[in-house]
Amino acid sequence: MDFGLSEEQLLLAETVTRFLDERLPVPRVREVIDGDESIDPDAWRALAELGVTGCLVPETHGGAELSLLDAAVIATALGHGAAPLPFLGSATLATLVLRGAASPAVQSEWLPRLADGSARMALAAAERIEQRQDSGVTFEGGRLQGTALFVIDGAGADAYLVAVGDDVHLVPASADGLAIKALPTIDRTRGLVELGFEAVAPADSFLAVGAALDRAVDAGRVIVSADILGSCDRAISMSVAYAMDREQFGRPIATFQAVKHLCAEMVAAIEPARSLLWYAGHSWDEIPEESALLATLCKAHFSTVGHDLVRIATQVHGGIGFTDEYDLQLWFKRVGLSRQLLGGPEKLNAHAAELQGLA
Amino acid sequence: MDLSYGPEYETFRAELREFLQTRGDEAPGRAGEVASLGGESLVRWQKLLIEHGYAARNIPKEYGGAGAEPDPLIATILSEEFGRARVSRGVAGQGIDMLVPTLLEHGSEEQKRSYVPPTVTGEMVWCQGYSEPGAGSDLAAIQTHGRVEGDTLVINGQKIWTSTAQFSQMMFALVRTEPEAAKHAGISYVLVPMDTPGLDVRPLKTMTGHAEFNEVFFDEVRVPVANIVGRRGQGWKIANTTLGHERNMLGSSATSEGLYEGVVRVMREEQVDGHSALESPVLRDRLMSLQAKTIAMKCHAMRLLGSRLRGESSGVAGLVTKLNGCQLNHDLAGLAIDAMGEGGVLYRGTDRSRENGRWQFQYMFQLGLIIGGGTAQIQKNIISERGLGMPREPKVAASAAKSGVKG
Ligand SMILES: Cc1cc2nc3c(=O)[nH]c(=O)nc-3n(C[C@H](O)[C@H](O)[C@H](O)COP(=O)(O)OP(=O)(O)OC[C@H]3O[C@@H](n4cnc5c(N)ncnc54)[C@H](O)[C@@H]3O)c2cc1C
Repeated sequence: MDFGLSEEQLLLAETVTRFLDERLPVPRVREVIDGDESIDPDAWRALAELGVTGCLVPETHGGAELSLLDAAVIATALGHGAAPLPFLGSATLATLVLRGAASPAVQSEWLPRLADGSARMALAAAERIEQRQDSGVTFEGGRLQGTALFVIDGAGADAYLVAVGDDVHLVPASADGLAIKALPTIDRTRGLVELGFEAVAPADSFLAVGAALDRAVDAGRVIVSADILGSCDRAISMSVAYAMDREQFGRPIATFQAVKHLCAEMVAAIEPARSLLWYAGHSWDEIPEESALLATLCKAHFSTVGHDLVRIATQVHGGIGFTDEYDLQLWFKRVGLSRQLLGGPEKLNAHAAELQGLA
Repeated sequence: MDLSYGPEYETFRAELREFLQTRGDEAPGRAGEVASLGGESLVRWQKLLIEHGYAARNIPKEYGGAGAEPDPLIATILSEEFGRARVSRGVAGQGIDMLVPTLLEHGSEEQKRSYVPPTVTGEMVWCQGYSEPGAGSDLAAIQTHGRVEGDTLVINGQKIWTSTAQFSQMMFALVRTEPEAAKHAGISYVLVPMDTPGLDVRPLKTMTGHAEFNEVFFDEVRVPVANIVGRRGQGWKIANTTLGHERNMLGSSATSEGLYEGVVRVMREEQVDGHSALESPVLRDRLMSLQAKTIAMKCHAMRLLGSRLRGESSGVAGLVTKLNGCQLNHDLAGLAIDAMGEGGVLYRGTDRSRENGRWQFQYMFQLGLIIGGGTAQIQKNIISERGLGMPREPKVAASAAKSGVKG
């Protein structure tokens, strides 16, 4: 019996964190999000050497074939660094859909390139989770038609995996009739795009792969939760450090009990959530019969906890926390985006009830 | 991450399951209910459990326990399996859970021999005489004092909020014996027989309608000086060992899991306009939020167990259980009441009340636990100070460096 992260996982967290501190410190993050590209492509390729880009790619295709809990450890570090990198969209969602749904030939064509960071992919599946107005894609007579919204890390992807019902269609970014439109979001460290399909012929189609889609989405929910966790860790450490430093009424605000209690509430909320996340990651790897429920409840819980937490952290900072110049807003917004991605808490709670036959 | 316990533990678990299946009927009450303290059926059950090594497991044989080495995995299996079978774990409470570990650590040989065996079997019931009208969170402010006359300690003063005092034969109390000493240095830890002349117990009815606790008055109460545990004036340090044990008891995830399952049952059975309460999207949303928290607390307990097995400190993670767990239990009971609608207000004494008012009782009782054993605010002081290294409360820092708060 050993519940917790292994030595290797702690080392992995440290390695990625150190990499980000050196290669993608906050000033660099700001440069990237103020520039034309939505991610830092050099950092992404450099992370390939650490096994990050291909962490969920099988070894036979040049990946590191790590567990989802390992990937969650990486995602926590990326959240902590507010890294503008397509870990969720390309390295998790698209990679796992390819692994679970694509033909061997397509896997051989794409997975090695995802692993070495030379290509990126994104999954268009928002409609599978929640059908919103003005969206939806159909597949008739060999052609895709319609609109796919909120494609995570879709900007600059080389190809898209488009879910239509239980089928998945592979569409290169250069396909005729495909329009890619960036959607400005609050969180500029990760991009969403909208895909327009005008009689687009997919390069390949994989039919009746609903189970693989669901499993990839479950994994995605764990990874977003991990990203929220990392963001929260950052918000807490910034808050405590700021409270110790900032003086009012002739003493550090950390001596005011109201401030101490806000900080205590943040940790008290995040520590059991961290335990839940580890278990949700572990169950995706090892206890498949439980993993859909755990991923769903985990993401619902993190959406709520994270949302409250970054609000509290901002309040601990006072006016400075509300400015663009001070970095905390990066995590406030990153958590704001994460909360809505792959289902908000109400949607996920309803889904969790269904999964257990409670609905 | 490895959640398997290994074959020798699975054998232990299988034997325990078999025992609970074949002998579980002999247990008094059902898990969750309080079997009457000191009652015959409880003592009989406790003795059977000790014989099998399922209770008082780590207490040495010469003091009436089963004498096994402490093993957190065995402890976890015991808690899981008794919980699953919904069978009484035998004697629980302040005697066996708080006093016994304290005596084993700090008591004289004679104290251990006289008090541990009957406490372990449940024949001797104890209460904790710490809080006073003027000393709650600031426990070291106690005023109840003892003056030494030869071999006798003469105690005067008052304790309050003393749980189960009316059923107890003995009290472990904090008494100021060195009036000249500094706040924390003048306190002794004293064992007081409840039938000593001059000692008066007055039950205090709580909001639940029961007297869960009492006031205890001391008027020239004479006990032997030999009833002091450890040395005179050392009581504060000794009390802090028991408070540590208490903090681990409150907010356990097994309680939350039991309450969660109960709420699901209530919501399945309650009918609203011809539909079960589970079909209400709003109530169901609340249920799922609480399920996530319940599972999180269970995972958290496993994580703390993991740290203990590795011999590592759990750091700040180890300080958040009481604050989260007690609030969660209160919220779970609150949801059950809301799921019953107007019927949720019914209490004991009507057939229409579900489970004889269990949920209203729990709702109130769990609030008591948010306050007792170190309030939620005191927990937040502890988390921010010990966990995050933020500055200590001014008063505490000035009077004593060591933990000057109950918790
Ligand atoms: C159900 C129940 C059972 C109990 N059983 C026992 C028992 O068996 N034996 C026993 O000795 N005691 C027992 N107690 C007493 C319990 O330990 C105290 O009630 C508790 O420690 C709080 O003390 P108090 O009631 O004096 O409240 P106070 O200490 O007066 O607290 C009142 C309010 O002030 C806040 N406060 C106080 N100090 C601080 C501070 N430094 N920082 C921030 N906020 C602060 C508290 O959080 C609370 O909100 C029991 C209590 C309950 C409710």
